Amino acid sequence: MKALIAVKRVIDFNLKARVKSDGSGVELSGVKMSMNPFDEIAVEEAVRLKEAGVVTEVVAVSIGVAACQETLRTALALGADRAVLVETASELEPLHVAKLLKAVADKEQPQLVFLGKQAIDDDAGQTGQMLAALLRWPQATFASKVAVANGGVEVTREVDGGLETLALKLPAVVTVDLRLNEPRYVTLPNIMKAKKKPLENIAAATLGVDLAPRTQVLKVSEPAARAGGVKVADVAALLDKLKNEAKVI
Amino acid sequence: MSVLVIAEHDQASIKGAARAAISAALQIGGDVHVLVAGHECAAAAGAAARIAGVAKVLHTDSPDYAHPLAEQLTALVMNLARDYSHVLAGATALGKNFMPRVAAELDVAQVSDITAVVAPDTFVRPIYAGNALATVKALDAIKVVTVRGAAFDPARDGGATAPVEAVPAGPAAEGVRFVGQSLTQSARPELTAARVIVSGGRGMGSGENFHLLDALADKLGAAVGASRAAVDAGYAPNDYQVGQTGKIVAPELYIAVGISGAIQHLAGMKDSKLIVAINKDPEAPIFGVADYGLAADLFEAVPQLTAAL
Repeated sequence: MKALIAVKRVIDFNLKARVKSDGSGVELSGVKMSMNPFDEIAVEEAVRLKEAGVVTEVVAVSIGVAACQETLRTALALGADRAVLVETASELEPLHVAKLLKAVADKEQPQLVFLGKQAIDDDAGQTGQMLAALLRWPQATFASKVAVANGGVEVTREVDGGLETLALKLPAVVTVDLRLNEPRYVTLPNIMKAKKKPLENIAAATLGVDLAPRTQVLKVSEPAARAGGVKVADVAALLDKLKNEAKVI
Repeated sequence: MSVLVIAEHDQASIKGAARAAISAALQIGGDVHVLVAGHECAAAAGAAARIAGVAKVLHTDSPDYAHPLAEQLTALVMNLARDYSHVLAGATALGKNFMPRVAAELDVAQVSDITAVVAPDTFVRPIYAGNALATVKALDAIKVVTVRGAAFDPARDGGATAPVEAVPAGPAAEGVRFVGQSLTQSARPELTAARVIVSGGRGMGSGENFHLLDALADKLGAAVGASRAAVDAGYAPNDYQVGQTGKIVAPELYIAVGISGAIQHLAGMKDSKLIVAINKDPEAPIFGVADYGLAADLFEAVPQLTAAL
């Protein structure tokens, strides 16, 4: 069976985003960009399923500007077999991305689609669920364990207060959480190999998806900074502050 | 204008995150209706009816909703949603799971995890781990919104009782079924509802050492949390995780132990009313947000603090 993985190019997770002085957004020019960390986990899971003989082909897809090719090359270096870039310079919202991914899924006919549970830039956490709705496939979000067997997939999910297990028929959409796996490191030989793997470029305009904005960002601002407080010398001084100054205990 | 709030509950009472979503709905304005879907959840529907400002409660009872699946909840909400200008739910594991599915079926955008209502169509939401706040105007006719519980005071009970109307269950889900669950058994308060939280980071050193925090939490009646680094290292379960990709909390007192203060963690706790940091590295970024900082070895400081309480 084929697995499709969606990967997003985002600001590197080690960097602190800075708001532009004109309040129009976050400064991204000259900033290191990387694959969304949850998407790396999605790639790793699909590649492991291939190594286990469950999945036969892993196709990575990214949507956005031409530079998303770099993100796709990373996915290829992690073990994806081929890549698809749906290229557009439009501002994309999760619903747009889900619709474009649906168009790719309609063409590729995967049995499993893996996505990160959220991207660390817009923190929206919507695309996987929207894709599942558009495809009318079952979904399992926040996966911490995935077991494919008997034409279905059993997914353990991270929920408030613990874990939940669902059984889904295939095809299905799975969004992955932190503890599902630990992605491998990209090695130099695999980076070299990835350069030779096929990367298809599709213009988003050819997929017939309306990319008109559904939301309008009026402004982006810095949150109020929290002023640091005081250092206390020892536990006794801390207790005194908590009891007599803050009066919280 | 009318707002439908899908309320999370435990079949008997309405969860804090849902009360926060109702508060956001009341700020938006118009009639606020609350959907309570569950199994033998008449008590929860009754509890929703007593919340001040709620005009009507829609109550759906079915064994199918004992463990509601995103597919089932979406189908049920789709039977109702087109009569409303807004559909709201708490940004909890439940709300995050089904709400985008509702938005896609309605062919509208979702505005996730709002922290303020600016106007009925305009909301503030944190992006980039809370390092920026976006003011977003939703252009679609129906606004689908999830609400950050820590950012709104929970709606309180009022004097009146709203009518409770029975609503038929939606279709059963196809292609997916609930197999089981294992919930952390704890006598402690839930992280998102706790007045005090004691959280541990990578500095705890091991899962065994993490239990040092249990004794302190027990003395304070606190919930126990963890940084992503601690969860990553296997010291604590994922449902303890506080931060950008875990739970967002704003307790009265947050005690960060052995937590360096990565931006992903700060995103989940920096709105706490009072922050205490205990860390042996006096340069740790956590001290930049802590009201009281103690640069000390946690393995000495935590037992001392516990003993002194």
